[in-house]
Amino acid sequence: MHLLDAQNITKTFGGLTAVNDVTLTIEKGRIVSVIGPNGAGKTTFFNILTGIYKPDKGTILFDGKPIAGLRSDVIAALGMRRTFQNIRLFNNMTVLENVLVGMHTHLHAPFWQILVRSPGVRREEAKARERARERLAYVGLDAKRDELAKNLPYGDQRRLEIARALAGEPKLILLDEPTAGMNPQETDAATELIRRLRDELGLTVVLIEHDMRLVMAISERISVLDYGTKIAEGDAATIRSNPRVIEAYLGKGAAGAAA
Amino acid sequence: MTTTASSVSAWERIKTALTSGPSGYGFMVLYAAVCSWLLLTNPRTNLNTDIVFVLFLLLVLLVYRSQLVLGFKLALVAVMLALVLPIFGTLNPFYIDVATQAGIFVALALGLNVVVGFAGLLDLGYVAFFAVGAYLWGILSTPQITLINPAWSPVPPIMFYPFILIGLAVGAFFGVLLGLPVLRLRGDYLAIVTLGLGEVIRVLANNLDRPINITNGSQGIRDIERPPLIFAGFVRDTLGWQLSDQQLYQQFFYFAILLIVLLVVVVVGRLKGSRIGRAWEAIREDETAAIAQGIPLVRMKLLAFAVGASFAGAMGVVFASKQLFINPPTFDLLRSINILSMVILGGMGSIPGVIFGAVLVTLLDLQILPRIANVLRDAQRAGLPIPAAFDPTQYQRLLFGLLLILMMIFRPQGIMPDERRKEELQEHDSIPDAIEHAKIPDTESEVGLK
Repeated sequence: MHLLDAQNITKTFGGLTAVNDVTLTIEKGRIVSVIGPNGAGKTTFFNILTGIYKPDKGTILFDGKPIAGLRSDVIAALGMRRTFQNIRLFNNMTVLENVLVGMHTHLHAPFWQILVRSPGVRREEAKARERARERLAYVGLDAKRDELAKNLPYGDQRRLEIARALAGEPKLILLDEPTAGMNPQETDAATELIRRLRDELGLTVVLIEHDMRLVMAISERISVLDYGTKIAEGDAATIRSNPRVIEAYLGKGAAGAAA
Repeated sequence: MTTTASSVSAWERIKTALTSGPSGYGFMVLYAAVCSWLLLTNPRTNLNTDIVFVLFLLLVLLVYRSQLVLGFKLALVAVMLALVLPIFGTLNPFYIDVATQAGIFVALALGLNVVVGFAGLLDLGYVAFFAVGAYLWGILSTPQITLINPAWSPVPPIMFYPFILIGLAVGAFFGVLLGLPVLRLRGDYLAIVTLGLGEVIRVLANNLDRPINITNGSQGIRDIERPPLIFAGFVRDTLGWQLSDQQLYQQFFYFAILLIVLLVVVVVGRLKGSRIGRAWEAIREDETAAIAQGIPLVRMKLLAFAVGASFAGAMGVVFASKQLFINPPTFDLLRSINILSMVILGGMGSIPGVIFGAVLVTLLDLQILPRIANVLRDAQRAGLPIPAAFDPTQYQRLLFGLLLILMMIFRPQGIMPDERRKEELQEHDSIPDAIEHAKIPDTESEVGLK
């Protein structure tokens, strides 16, 4: 069974069709990339999957459940977590607190018990902190757990966003340009981390990415969007030689020259 | 600390000596003893007593900030607030009333802080919930109720106690009710709409005397019931203190409000350190990212409104009973703004900060600014060259405004901003540069009312 099955997704803003009849299915345990030129509708597609936008047309099955039109927080609670293209951490909270917020859907202490600080609440809180530190250690940030998120260097902020997403124990993680603005060393580290998410944690990963070296190196399948439409799909070799993809990236004529 | 002796200033050394170690204990006890002695031996209302009273309250802050054993701190504050101040109150009714008012505003400011400081929802109509609680007890405990339906009769005064809880529940209900229409709004829009809703409640109170007289309109409600003095016999016969009913009520409300404030402090402290507090903070920081973590925005925002409003509702019941009289102007916009200024002045989101802000603003309003005006007026009469057209008593609010402006320029994060992170950092005693980071005031995000 597919973990994610998005069929014929269409989304328009006024006269602009941002996503046009896009179908994407993802099997469990895969690393899949969505690429395309700027403004191709990749992030909009992510926003539809995570419930920030409602699709105008189309159905989305996540782990067998229809999720199109559900609220973002409900979808997140079902086990789909994401990071953002323009890092959205809780800047004035500590690194550890950011991860604890990511665990929100797994903490159930009732209101009244919080007020009396019952043993159950204290136990849950202690366990959550321990678990959060494990997550931080996994991405290599445990030593910085008490710093404010805004004071972290850029690369660490990206990793913290991933740690926060991991804290929700997701089945599927959507990474929106996880290496944007990184230098080659940082990109290599990020690539390694993404691979470990799948190999060690068994996660299914979808990423939007512009760094073709990374995309080609780790994706098992690549979908290409251009002007909101899916123009190609396949493994790295297929995509690399697809004339429509070359045209989308380099313009008309380039495809002919390459061919 | 590896700093050289010369770089430690004399001031720092004095500060350390006075707030820690044996000298610290000695200083605090001596300070408390001198202030208490001065207050109890000279209880007349005048400038000197004013100064001693402010110093007395300042000691609570010093004790809180000191590096002494927690048990000692609690014991000293308990003696001061639960023994010295009430006894002083039997000698001079003015100062205990100031303290009681301060307590009321501490509870209100802490409630508003849940909405504004924790969840980042700028609410300019907060006083509406205070009004709801006050009118609840005002209407139901007086013959006003018979004007609504002649068959109904006022609730007996002893019901005051359960009505504090009912006020809590009704406040929470109204918090949700007024929270619902503003859920989709943020920032300035939220502020304007809450301002409007707050005014709606006041205008309703002002005009619901026709066709059925529910609130008695602009006349307000008089002779609001107070709970029976069930402890009068104990105080007069067993303790042998011959206090008048008036004095006993003053003591009663002082202690009742002190108790409520304590409970409120515990409740907000626990919420803040829980999954709920973190969810609020996440919403304040970034709504979109908060939803993406599975935080149900609507539920969490309504919870913030409900918790904040419930404190105001409960305090409203106590306030109505204490004041004996309420009318719509008591609950106008200025009151909401005043409570908000307490929160901002003290340090948004910081529990000790907000308590300090509420006490400071109440003292300024009731005591310090009027006293400054008096001193200036006396100086004017004594022939100091102040223009005759300048009436110092008219300029109290101006002084307050100036103070607010200066605060926002020089210390925009509030007098005592959130300490929690610093504490957490000190717990692990590593990363000294991170402490530096935590101390950098962040003007934009702390002050901007998002």
